[in-house]
Amino acid sequence: MTDHHGDFDSVSGRSTTGHEWDGIKELNTPLPRWWVITFYLTIVWAIGYWVVYPAWPLISGHTRGVIGYSSRADVAVELANLEKIRGDKMVALGAASLADIEKDPALLALARAKGKTVFGDNCAPCHGSGAAGAKGFPNLNDDDWLWGGTLDQIMQTIQFGARSGHAKTHEGQMLAFGKDGVLKPDEIVTAANYVRALSGLPTRKGYDAAKGEKIFAENCVACHGEAGKGNPELGAPNLTDKIWLYGSDEATLIETISNGRAGVMPAWEGRLDPATIKAMAVYVHSLGGGK
Amino acid sequence: MNKPVNPSEPTSEDDYGPLYAARKKVYPQSVSGTFRRIKWGLMAFCLGVYYFLPFVRWNRGLGAPSQAVLIDLPNSRFYFFFIELWPQEVYYFTGLLIVAAVALFLMNSVGGRIWCGYLCPQTVWTDLFYAVERLIEGDRRERMKKDKSSDPMRLERISEIVLKHSIWLLIAWWTGGAWVLYFNDAPTLVKQLVTFQAPMIAYIWIGILTVTTYALAGYMREQVCTYMCPWPRIQAALTDEWALNVTYRYDRGEKRTSVKKAAELRALGEHAGDCVDCYQCVAVCPTGIDIRNGPQLECIQCGLCIDACDNVMAKIGRPTRLIAYDNDINIQRRQDGKAPIYRIVRARTVVYSAIITAVGGIMLYTLATRSLLDVNVLHDRNPVAVRLSDGSIRNAYTVRLLNKSGYDRVIAIDADGPVNATIHVVGVDSVTPDRPMIVIPRDATSELRLLVTAPAEVNPEKSIPVRFHVTDIGLGEAASATDNFVSP
Ligand code: SF4
Ligand code: SF4
Repeated sequence: MTDHHGDFDSVSGRSTTGHEWDGIKELNTPLPRWWVITFYLTIVWAIGYWVVYPAWPLISGHTRGVIGYSSRADVAVELANLEKIRGDKMVALGAASLADIEKDPALLALARAKGKTVFGDNCAPCHGSGAAGAKGFPNLNDDDWLWGGTLDQIMQTIQFGARSGHAKTHEGQMLAFGKDGVLKPDEIVTAANYVRALSGLPTRKGYDAAKGEKIFAENCVACHGEAGKGNPELGAPNLTDKIWLYGSDEATLIETISNGRAGVMPAWEGRLDPATIKAMAVYVHSLGGGK
Repeated sequence: MNKPVNPSEPTSEDDYGPLYAARKKVYPQSVSGTFRRIKWGLMAFCLGVYYFLPFVRWNRGLGAPSQAVLIDLPNSRFYFFFIELWPQEVYYFTGLLIVAAVALFLMNSVGGRIWCGYLCPQTVWTDLFYAVERLIEGDRRERMKKDKSSDPMRLERISEIVLKHSIWLLIAWWTGGAWVLYFNDAPTLVKQLVTFQAPMIAYIWIGILTVTTYALAGYMREQVCTYMCPWPRIQAALTDEWALNVTYRYDRGEKRTSVKKAAELRALGEHAGDCVDCYQCVAVCPTGIDIRNGPQLECIQCGLCIDACDNVMAKIGRPTRLIAYDNDINIQRRQDGKAPIYRIVRARTVVYSAIITAVGGIMLYTLATRSLLDVNVLHDRNPVAVRLSDGSIRNAYTVRLLNKSGYDRVIAIDADGPVNATIHVVGVDSVTPDRPMIVIPRDATSELRLLVTAPAEVNPEKSIPVRFHVTDIGLGEAASATDNFVSP
């Protein structure tokens, strides 16, 4: 690293690199030896890395490295460990009855935490991340439940779904009274106003309450009950409360009566393990709407 | 001194000397005297505290750690004798850092880099390593001779070197060992360490501290103080002309002359310098400087040169303290025949002391009045409010209760907010008239889901403040937190 070219700077007496620009020569100022050695060591280190770890892209895939390291394998190991750590607790959760889970603060905390993540992964697309629902997708924070809001009923709905095609699913749907020609258009308008009146909403001018009551008695009581209070066995909503799944304005009600409604809730049995479904039921129940 | 450089002349590095100078190894000589004794005492104290504090026990009751000083990272707790801190209370450390920094300023305004000379870990461990080196290889002269010797590979020499490094490494290793003991129950960890059952991280930390202690105290020594540490730069900006620094009293010392010559001069009634140019002050200096050149960045105020010179003065029968903690103002005053004055109480020392007292006072006050029961409330964001089937409105909150005491508590929860509102805690059905009660285990937090439901008709506003009260029904201790109740 001393003098490569035998050329010395006359002023400083130091060797130059031999590079010259417009009469100005570059002094040869070598890097400190320790620095250079460190630099070479990093190169050696890098080569070692290529050999030991996955490094080079190939046409289909990449070199695997001699120790076969893979970050995915690491993740798999970590996840397996996590499962092992949680194992006992999840077993305890699976073994406890729903009511007992809610009474045990530790199990409740676990079920809520687990339920919340599983809800976020599976249920949030329809019901929203906070379970506030949307038009056609029930808000799970309120106390109005199509298929019942007790712990067991919620669990059942999650397990088997509604109109999901599962053998044990909830069945029953709102018929299409208009499309199927059961009711004439003016009868549908009257029925819509009758239903609005049930929950204390204002009715259209010239609406005939007696006619509405007759139409309701003939067509709707079978599912919604005489007082319009609904029937969780059939998933028939309560028409006297303040909560409307699809909306309470006249136009929406006319559409509902004319074309019917049959929202689908998928069945989660088989897709999620029983303990997880339990955790989800407890979580949904704890949102506050449970009965 | 360099000759003045004419800018028109060609200049080269040689005019200024090279920009890089290799380290000259320092061989401090042993010395005895007042400051050396103070240093030994402080070293014993600091090392004693550091190495043995983890073994001090402190009874906090059953189930709680019984180590006086413990940083319990897995459980996020810090224990210091009777003090127990939670992660929410890290601001105490901010206070501690402020106090520490200002205490350093105060020390600096009184005695310059006095922290460096006596208390800094770098000094303490370097001093200890030097003591070991001296014990094994001998004092300054011997060490210099051995290092220069052209025949270093004699068995005796090799065994000396091996012994020295083994002891150094042992000390360094023990330093790392003591460090990890602050993070876990010390006796248990010691047992685990020797049976190789301790967590990997413990061994890693011991390794790191072993290497750094060995390198910093065994090899880098005064270079840390001179080149790596920012403190000399900062302290230069913080010091003033009244600060007492290790000072060569040049008025007394100059002109340097021999004992005999001085006696002759004095016999003639003339002034003679007391410094006999014996270089003892340089020989003992751990940073290898000559204090007679005036105040220097490298000087760590250790006072060893004072001891060295005092010994010389005593031997030649001159008054001691030719080198002393002093300042130039007083040298000047003495030269002018005035009495020296020492101003410890100055604007800056008063301000620093006041800051220390104020911050320390605030910390003690908050520590003494620290609540052992706390509540935090977080409003649900999604949805912010829910309308129920009867038209009433419900808001949900996440309530976090903190029980920092050493016993389980029964806590009752109330809420002041919308008129006629009811509250319900999920999972709690033992509601004594609208007042949920829950049990929180000692030294734990408990997160609850709390629902507040208000009838629609009494709740016309968009947002009403709600206040949550939590009360320990046994002791009456209470805490509260405020949030809002929102209508959809
Ligand atoms: S000059 Fe004196 S006080 Fe300063 S570092 Fe050296 S021995 Fe210590
Ligand atoms: S030890 Fe005292 S007498 Fe000796 S050289 Fe230093 S200042 Fe002078």
